[in-house]
Amino acid sequence: MEQQVSVNIIGAGLAGLSAAKTFAEAGIHVRLVSYQASERAQSNLAEGGINAALNVMGEEDSIRGHFEDTLRGGCFLADPNMVRNLTDGAPGIVMEMDSLGVPFHRENGHLIQRNFGGQKKKRTAYAKSSTGKVLMTALIDAVRRYEAEGLVERYPHHCFERLILKNGRACGVQICDRFRDQEIVLEGSVLMACGGMNGLLGGLTTGTTSNTGAAAAMLLEQGVEFANLEFLQYHPTTVSITGKRLLVSEAARGEGGRLFYLDMDGNRRYFMEEKYGERGNLMPRDVISREMVMLGKPVCLGLTGLDEKTWGVKLSDLREEIIHYLGIDPAAEPVPVSPGIHYFMGGILVDEHHRTNIPDLYAAGECACAYHGANRLGGNSLLGAIFGGREAARTAILQLSGKTEAGHASPQDTRTCRAVTEAEGSIHEEMTQLLAKGLAALRDKETMETALNRLVELRTQAESTDASDELRSKLLLGEAMLRCALARKESRGAHTRLDFPDTDEAMRKTTVVRVEDGVVRIRFREIPELRQE
Amino acid sequence: MKKILHILRRRSAEEKPYWEDFSYETQDAGATVATALSSLHAENRVCASKEEFRPVMWEHSCLQKRCGACAMVINRVPALACDTRLSELRGDIVQLEPLKKFPVIEDLLVDRSVMMQNLKDLSVWLEGEAKSGPEDMAFEASRCLQCGICLEVCPNFAPGGSFAGMAGMAPLSRLIARLPGEQRGRVSRAYIKGVYEGCGKSLSCRDVCPADIQIDELLVKSNAAAVWKRWNSIR
Repeated sequence: MEQQVSVNIIGAGLAGLSAAKTFAEAGIHVRLVSYQASERAQSNLAEGGINAALNVMGEEDSIRGHFEDTLRGGCFLADPNMVRNLTDGAPGIVMEMDSLGVPFHRENGHLIQRNFGGQKKKRTAYAKSSTGKVLMTALIDAVRRYEAEGLVERYPHHCFERLILKNGRACGVQICDRFRDQEIVLEGSVLMACGGMNGLLGGLTTGTTSNTGAAAAMLLEQGVEFANLEFLQYHPTTVSITGKRLLVSEAARGEGGRLFYLDMDGNRRYFMEEKYGERGNLMPRDVISREMVMLGKPVCLGLTGLDEKTWGVKLSDLREEIIHYLGIDPAAEPVPVSPGIHYFMGGILVDEHHRTNIPDLYAAGECACAYHGANRLGGNSLLGAIFGGREAARTAILQLSGKTEAGHASPQDTRTCRAVTEAEGSIHEEMTQLLAKGLAALRDKETMETALNRLVELRTQAESTDASDELRSKLLLGEAMLRCALARKESRGAHTRLDFPDTDEAMRKTTVVRVEDGVVRIRFREIPELRQE
Repeated sequence: MKKILHILRRRSAEEKPYWEDFSYETQDAGATVATALSSLHAENRVCASKEEFRPVMWEHSCLQKRCGACAMVINRVPALACDTRLSELRGDIVQLEPLKKFPVIEDLLVDRSVMMQNLKDLSVWLEGEAKSGPEDMAFEASRCLQCGICLEVCPNFAPGGSFAGMAGMAPLSRLIARLPGEQRGRVSRAYIKGVYEGCGKSLSCRDVCPADIQIDELLVKSNAAAVWKRWNSIR
């Protein structure tokens, strides 16, 4: 193959695939690096749908409404210019996915949208409760075409090891072929689409085990700026199953599910409706989770009122999943639910064009802190991943014009893997527990400081026991999360502090975190004003 | 509940396979083979034979049968580790082997890239805009996990052959459901070559698909459209 400019995408979920497709359409060669095949990516687990103001439900929906709901849902912490780009682009994204053959739910040939939390209109396009999976299938097919043309080159069993920096610019990545234990250096610009940081919280999230958080941790250590790491989304309706949290899709409430607890007399108390009115069950996720934790009582999701058609046509897969994992038929009896970690609003700090603080390094999807502010609305993650991947690629394409240097792929020596030692295993386990306690849905200075102090001790311990680079950088990322949470002395969105229960307008800023000489430094940055069009 | 995990291990494709046993005990009635394998790293740093522990390699990701990563042969039947409850397995011994139709990398980890290569060879993608077609068929076909379990039991599939098995049929069915008219010839030829001509209709795949994909229905519809040109029958 003739020498050519190449771009390296880390992650082959929705954001990575969307970026790869965009580059390939522009005729640019990309390497798509992923720990496992795209079919194993966390994007496949997304359930309820994708938002766009298509205005097909006769509710006079508008892009303005989507913009306002997203900004308000995120408690005004997202860059409004980015949110406007996202919501303006949303109808085009859904139509593009439709043109790729995604089987969105239709009735009499017309696309149907459903209610989702924090939004005033039916704005969520869906395919039963498997929207992420059908989107992934369509995008995998679309990218396959470019693989056959040689424009997309997959590295499908490779892990990211580190960014290669030269004079402060990203000029490649070091990856490892885990089938051959061989290190490879890939030259060229880098686009991170590596997903959320689930691995820091072990089995306490709804995510996958392959989202270890290791890539994010290494980037932080290497000087990449992160933002808003204190904002972890607790999804109100999750269930503990062996090894993880299982999500009960928000679609269940979008289609009429109701949250309740039983009072002393055994009566059902629909606490969200009692407090917030008839749309109480569809309040944003941060609001519902907070109410549930403060309530301190076992809560159930009542779905027995849903009709046969809804179960058959819209939620059949969700019903099967609940029966399989919980042994409960949700059409016949209520499902006990509780909040669980579902999404990371924070991540790699990007500007409006998905650029990071490191030139030639871009980020999109859940790994980037972009559109969701202090709380993400359901249905905006699939949108943010596809749209963000495309935007990041478009920015990179502009930067690439005029570049001529070839981006080689160079195999390096094979390496010897070693097992995780007992000491490392127990440090990781303790880190998970500390972060779960320190970053619980309700927090205060004392619990966070206790967790932080111990985490700092663990870092010292890890350094003295010759722990792996991965563990050391993950401890650093955990510390950064806690320091972000301590620095934000207010309650906003998913960050609820018992010692600072009010929202403070003066704190309506982005938390920026960076590591310098091994020290975690926090600062706050103004959020850009919405530009007049 | 107490089980012995009897695992067929192998350091690499070049080295000889050997069996190794690990004991696993849990109070969790919902514990799966995936749970047990995950615990090996935490609890079995010294294995039953008291030699230095080498972690058991296997693929995992979603742990809720939505990604297909953890496909392996469990008590001689291919299945997802996360979808197989220990309590539902007879006896004390749980025998774990890698899928046999794919090259072994290490232990239970196999290289399934032949499936992706087959789809590439069959040009499984749409050109131009999809037509709105039967959503049910496209939805069902979109659910394929590409886990490889169907290929494991298929009497007709062999890596390197022209038959792509049900792992090829489902993605092609998605195209057939949404195909613009001008692409019918291209996709039909791919379907006939990659699926129809090779399938002996044993349908053993149907019984093992962890996603419970309605394989018969997809096959009947795809045959009608792509082989017998009754495109209107699927609309």
